[in-house]
Amino acid sequence: MTMSEGDLAVAQLKFVRQTTLEQQPPPKSMTGAIGWLRENLISTPFNVVLTILIALFLLWLIPGIVKFLLIDAVWTGADRDACREIVQNRPIGACWPFAWERLSYFTYGSYPIPQRWRVDVFFAMLAIGVVWILSLKAPRRDLAAYYCFIVLPICSFILLSGFEAIGLPHVDTVLWGGVLVTIVVSAVGIVVSLPIGILLALGRKSDMPTVKLFSVLFIEFVRGVPLVTVLFMASVMLPLFVPEQYSPDKLLRALIGIAMFASAYMAEVVRAGLQAIPKGQFEGAMAVGLGYWQMMRLIILPQALKITIPNIVNTYIGLFKDTTLVFIVGIFDLLHTIEVSRLDPKWATPVTSTTGYAVAGIFYLVFCYAMSRYARATEARLAKSDRR
Amino acid sequence: MSIDLRAGSPPARVPFYNDPKVRSIAYQVALCAVIGFLVWGAASNAIDNLRKANIASGFGFWEQTAGFDISQSMISYTNQSTYGRAFWVGLLNTLLVAAIGIVFATIIGFIVGIARLSKNWLVNKAASGYVEIIRNIPLLLQLLFWYNAVLKALPDLRDSVKIPGGAFLNNRGLFMPEPVAQSGFQFVLIALAAGIIGSIVYYRWAKKRQDKTGQQAPVFLVSLGLIVGVPLAVFFAAGLPLTFSYPEAGRFNMSGGIEVLPEFAALLFGLSIYTAAFIAEVVRAGIRAVSHGQTEASYSLGLRSPPTLRLIVVPQAMRVIIPPLTSQYLNLTKNSTLAVAIGYPDLVQIFTGTVLNQTGQAVEVVAITMAVYLTISLTTSLFMNIYNSRIALVER
Repeated sequence: MTMSEGDLAVAQLKFVRQTTLEQQPPPKSMTGAIGWLRENLISTPFNVVLTILIALFLLWLIPGIVKFLLIDAVWTGADRDACREIVQNRPIGACWPFAWERLSYFTYGSYPIPQRWRVDVFFAMLAIGVVWILSLKAPRRDLAAYYCFIVLPICSFILLSGFEAIGLPHVDTVLWGGVLVTIVVSAVGIVVSLPIGILLALGRKSDMPTVKLFSVLFIEFVRGVPLVTVLFMASVMLPLFVPEQYSPDKLLRALIGIAMFASAYMAEVVRAGLQAIPKGQFEGAMAVGLGYWQMMRLIILPQALKITIPNIVNTYIGLFKDTTLVFIVGIFDLLHTIEVSRLDPKWATPVTSTTGYAVAGIFYLVFCYAMSRYARATEARLAKSDRR
Repeated sequence: MSIDLRAGSPPARVPFYNDPKVRSIAYQVALCAVIGFLVWGAASNAIDNLRKANIASGFGFWEQTAGFDISQSMISYTNQSTYGRAFWVGLLNTLLVAAIGIVFATIIGFIVGIARLSKNWLVNKAASGYVEIIRNIPLLLQLLFWYNAVLKALPDLRDSVKIPGGAFLNNRGLFMPEPVAQSGFQFVLIALAAGIIGSIVYYRWAKKRQDKTGQQAPVFLVSLGLIVGVPLAVFFAAGLPLTFSYPEAGRFNMSGGIEVLPEFAALLFGLSIYTAAFIAEVVRAGIRAVSHGQTEASYSLGLRSPPTLRLIVVPQAMRVIIPPLTSQYLNLTKNSTLAVAIGYPDLVQIFTGTVLNQTGQAVEVVAITMAVYLTISLTTSLFMNIYNSRIALVER
């Protein structure tokens, strides 16, 4: 290697470093716990104030909740005296013996005790169906849809309502309650709303003016009014519209209301999916000679439904939360059984209401959060196929 | 879409029942027939059932005496008033809780939505936790919690919590001093109106001048002075024409002052907190929809951070935020019907509840209630469509 004169001059300068320095680690204050703190909590004076305020709020809130639910909670007891501050002479948190004693009422409502195994079987069948259709590695997933949408509804109806011919005594729906009703109402909403929603969405995009008109009227009407009024309509107007002897029972009326409501919302979700399908797909399907239903079944709907899965699950979460509204038309869902139990004089204490609401809150939080995680995971999985 | 083969060969013979036009008409006639049959059947059954149950029909009940009391009303109402009057009381109560709820939900929602984008880890996580928990618990449960577990657990009348300033808080509600206008207060109102008009005129003038010359004017400060300062000055000049009527604890009840019912407060808390969680998500999505290049371009033009936010980011984010925000406002209004569960006298509680039970005229009462909500929804979406078409991106 030959050096030019200039290079030589530089090489002789004592104060110029001749070798490259090793890469240094970043300063201590920028990495590790301190660096993280500096960047994430105290980067500006305003942020310092915010951090302190939020920390104080959380330090007040979270220990309060933990104290109520666990530390000060009462774990055993026979009646209200176990959970009264005056009797126990200590601060009292959640009254768990109340929830424990009422747990079977929260689950089954007034379903006759000797028949409750039927509800358990229903829960088990439902769990199998859900796991089968949702887990990707399950065998024969093609059969899962038939199981969930055909076998399960029929078997559940026979099981829960009773069928004298095979020795299952009839259980009137008035006796149903608790988690059972919450699950039945949301399951019916989920199973019915998807096919009807698809039909309404197709109707709304149809070329036939009257089909389009009726679909739009139904969708806009139901979406424009609150669910409470739809339920009132189903529970007080529906019995007027059918001959007296065919008057549907209370639960069925609420189910019809919920199904109508859910279908209208589902229709809009599906329509959004249909609009995202490029026109070329329709034209391509017609060009190869497919009829309308073949085109929809084989080409359009599989693509449209795929991209709307996250939105469909979000609609289901909304529906699951909305099932609490059947409370208002006198159906004994989980919330209603809790509302009845907390007024029971046997357990009348200042903490009973909060304990009951905590049970319901945890139940809904767990189910809704699980569903929203599923929606997000699906979204991420489907996005993979579009990544280049 | 009939098949038409040219080049000499005669058109393929399609039997008439395979002609799409004929089919389409046949389907539509069948659909109309089915729906017509259902409507006719429902109507004839309804007439039959109503006659059997001896229930009157028509809207004659509107003028009848209601005979029940309502715990909160914004217009004069006694139990001697008509059902029609009760309807208006309920509608106004619904609109009141919806309007105040929308204001609170918007404020909380924007704060939480922006907090979710914060780089401060604690703020970010706290906001996410709020959204995840509140969104995943049914509104009805939250309302019952606020009403039964929080507000009804407050001390009773004798042990009322005294709030400095002459207010009382107990399980019958919040009792606040009521401002009573004395003679001379009307001048303050006139000054306020003049201030608002003046600031609008000033804003227009300032905008015109800026468009022409580029000179900016202190619009915010001047408007603040006109809207707040001038009325305040008039208020002091007129010799403080405002007194307060303080609530007083009687033996069985409070008298005087403004009363905020626990039902109202619970509904307001529940609706605001629940809807705010959804608004937060809308706001977050809206702000993230403005691409980073916009901010960088703005900085490179020499704008500092506040004007960048005000002139570049917010106007573009609002285009994305406003349509879903409106539908959240509609949801809040529709969810206010859950008032019926905690006994706040809104439209559904008064009309679909009490009036329906007293008159038994289910069809009319439910139809009127639905018509009200439908009108609110459709009017809002009409305005929304107009707004959307005005702000839609003009593409070339």
